[in-house]
Amino acid sequence: MTEASKPLAIALENCAKTFADGTKALEPLDFAIEAGETVVFLGPSGCGKTTTLRIIAGLEEPDAGGRVLFDGEDVTHLPIEQRNVGMVFQSYALFPNMTVAGNIGYGLRIRKTPDAAVKARVAEMLGMMQITKLADRRIDQLSGGQRQRVALARAIAVRPRALLLDEPLTALDAKLRDTLRLDIDKLLRSLGITAIYVTHDQAEAMALGDRIVVMEHGRVAQIGKPREIYQRPATRFVAEFIGTMNRLTGTTKDGVFACSAGSLPWAGAPATATEILFRPEDIRVAESGEVTGLQGTVAAAFFLGDRTRLFVEVGEARPLVIESTARRDFSHGEAVRLAIDPRGLLVL
Amino acid sequence: MRHEVRRLILLLLPAGIFFAAFFLLPMARLFFIGGSGKTGWAAYAAILTDMHYFSSLVSTLGVATATTVATLIISGIAGVFLQRHKFPGNGALVAMLTFPLAFPGVVIGFMVIMLAGRQGLIGQVTQALTGEKLVFAYTMAGLFMGYVYFSIPRTILTVMAAAEKLDPKLEEAARSLGASPWRVALDVIIPGLKPAFISAGAICFATAVGAFGTAFTLAAKINVLPMVIYTEFTLSANIAMAAALSFVLGIVTWLVLAIARTAAGSTVAAAG
Amino acid sequence: MKHRGLFYLQLGFTLLVSAFLIVPVVLSIMAGLTVNYFIGIESGLTLKWVFEVWNGYRDTIFLSIGLSLACLVVTLVLGVPTAYVLAKRQNALTRAIEELLVMPVAVPGLATALALIVTYGSLSGFRTSWGFILVGHVLFTLPFMVRSVLAVLSAIDLKTLEEGAASLGAGFWPRFRDIVLPNCRAGILAGSLMVVTLSMGEFNMTWLLHTPFTKTLPVGLADAYASLRLEVGSAYTLVFFLMIMPLLLALQAFAKPRPAKFVAEETDQ
Repeated sequence: MTEASKPLAIALENCAKTFADGTKALEPLDFAIEAGETVVFLGPSGCGKTTTLRIIAGLEEPDAGGRVLFDGEDVTHLPIEQRNVGMVFQSYALFPNMTVAGNIGYGLRIRKTPDAAVKARVAEMLGMMQITKLADRRIDQLSGGQRQRVALARAIAVRPRALLLDEPLTALDAKLRDTLRLDIDKLLRSLGITAIYVTHDQAEAMALGDRIVVMEHGRVAQIGKPREIYQRPATRFVAEFIGTMNRLTGTTKDGVFACSAGSLPWAGAPATATEILFRPEDIRVAESGEVTGLQGTVAAAFFLGDRTRLFVEVGEARPLVIESTARRDFSHGEAVRLAIDPRGLLVL
Repeated sequence: MRHEVRRLILLLLPAGIFFAAFFLLPMARLFFIGGSGKTGWAAYAAILTDMHYFSSLVSTLGVATATTVATLIISGIAGVFLQRHKFPGNGALVAMLTFPLAFPGVVIGFMVIMLAGRQGLIGQVTQALTGEKLVFAYTMAGLFMGYVYFSIPRTILTVMAAAEKLDPKLEEAARSLGASPWRVALDVIIPGLKPAFISAGAICFATAVGAFGTAFTLAAKINVLPMVIYTEFTLSANIAMAAALSFVLGIVTWLVLAIARTAAGSTVAAAG
Repeated sequence: MKHRGLFYLQLGFTLLVSAFLIVPVVLSIMAGLTVNYFIGIESGLTLKWVFEVWNGYRDTIFLSIGLSLACLVVTLVLGVPTAYVLAKRQNALTRAIEELLVMPVAVPGLATALALIVTYGSLSGFRTSWGFILVGHVLFTLPFMVRSVLAVLSAIDLKTLEEGAASLGAGFWPRFRDIVLPNCRAGILAGSLMVVTLSMGEFNMTWLLHTPFTKTLPVGLADAYASLRLEVGSAYTLVFFLMIMPLLLALQAFAKPRPAKFVAEETDQ
């Protein structure tokens, strides 16, 4: 497979967006995307992630003063049809008046590509997405997963400088999402194309992103590699939005954190810590005989097959969530002693 | 995206110019001509103060109201029935009931003559039965019949479309709670069809107020407003009065449709 | 079922209503083909009246056909772009425009015709041409074209489809040609049928707008009803039925809802 275009570097300078009705969708944003990188914009609905994508695409213009640069060239006022970006829409936006092959070849025909070349490229795309047998189907004869593949094939058929994906998997059911996420990952890696992916699904973001931009209320909350975002969240919002976070409140004195669940020796404790956060994988039910100062009672236990998810009441507003791999049953009201790995503790 | 706004305005322009030149401007002119007659602007009040015009306004509104009520009852029953019961011949019945959909008023008038005119079916039947020939085509009753004939097809279509969207589960729920068919109709079907009834009823009413062809075909002597306007214009050459009356007539029908649209909460597609 | 009685009651009622609508149509067709309607069908069948109509009124038929086609062209040119704009921007302004456009349908044709006459009646070249009637017909039918196209455009996700095409490099006109027009074909077709049918039958305005040289079919019908024998009027009506029948049948076929499509997820991809 030959992808002629070399990957694109994208920069946003001071890009804000206020809509006609006065809603501020995006606070001024400066951000650079490296050539060939996959960046995921992640956040709840209304956080400004889609607006950012649409500004990059050329479907929206930033407020005055904002600039969009493609390889250093100012494209702020260039409409999308002149930017040569491929876009995959949440609702796919496949043309119902064309067949699958017609959809995939449309961008090439608009570029006045010779028929034979269009045909060859469409066949290549169909093969790559494993939908060759669907070539002559109408769009309303396709399932959701098939539509998704056609939308991807259509977007990359024109060899775009960058691929923009707006919640491409949201309309699909969970199992299919897993399969397609894998396919998209493979595709992005093989194309080496600059990709911008918008989602509200943190698992998708972690799986696909070289870097993740977490957004909240039109602002960037944190930018970083998936592992950084997960293990070193910059704000409470990021910590709680990505993965599950447990929380204990208390006081720190002489390297010991004291809370309603008991006490936790913590060598590197900052003297001012009144609240500690940690992931479910950093807490476990202590073995019998193990020394620990923390305990609680089981409020609920869900056996999930490979593990048991425990909700343990410790006198906080929310029970602690613990993923236990112990081969035993837990009963409601059972008292359990808990062990926390201090390396996973966070103070925000 | 200034560019796009400019393009949209450009696309609207042809229709806008046409509409301004051939509707807005003439209507404004009509309004001023209405006030330019012997009586001046009082012409606009004449519809209420002049007994002749007032009585035709009353009979126009009367026949329009009667048409609306009759059409809604007839089309409501037939429309819901045809939507709910699929039986062999259903399609043929729907086709028959909607066939006269686009008959112009003149043809409707002729249909009334065919039924209730001097050589009409009703006359023949009543003569055979009672020895007396019943002829009412050329009266207000004939006009009423014509307007009902005109309104049934489009009202049935509206009712059927609305009945199709009614959730049958609501009826099943009502029946599971012990409601009789009459109660179901009263408590579930009619409330569910209310928006359709309002919008279709408004169109019936507006058509009956403003239509001219049927009355024209039946007789020049039927005293409804469109006929009065026509007579003022052609026979009396009283253009100012004709203008004032038609302007008022236009406002009345437009208001009826606008109010119905707000009440029904959905779009009321008017039809001539 | 328990309520058979109710079923037959409603069926009987519906049959009665159908008879009310269809019997006069049948009577008039018969009258147009019988030698003497007063005597009845036993006086014999004839095409005499139809030929009489053809000889006396064929110009009205051609004028009506020409007029309705011209009306169609104008409503397409004016209406489709308008519907597109109304679908594209849904705000107070476009709603007001939509409301305004419907006014010539809400306002009685008589009033519109009078307004046109008092404004443009003195332009005698225009007043006596069929263009004068055309203007009235366009005013009256335009909302139906706009509504019909708008309904289809509102049902599809026009904005995203256009963005999809734009993302593939299509500028405005290619988008309009390749995406917008093909996807509102059904609305254009239904609207066209409606426009032609309505224009063919329009009388309220036309009666005031026409001149002795520009008589349309309904005007001729009114003439015939008023001054000629019942058989001729019937034969004329028959000709009218024959002309609008195909249009009505096509319209009915369109009014039928299409079954919803469902495609199950295929797991063998």
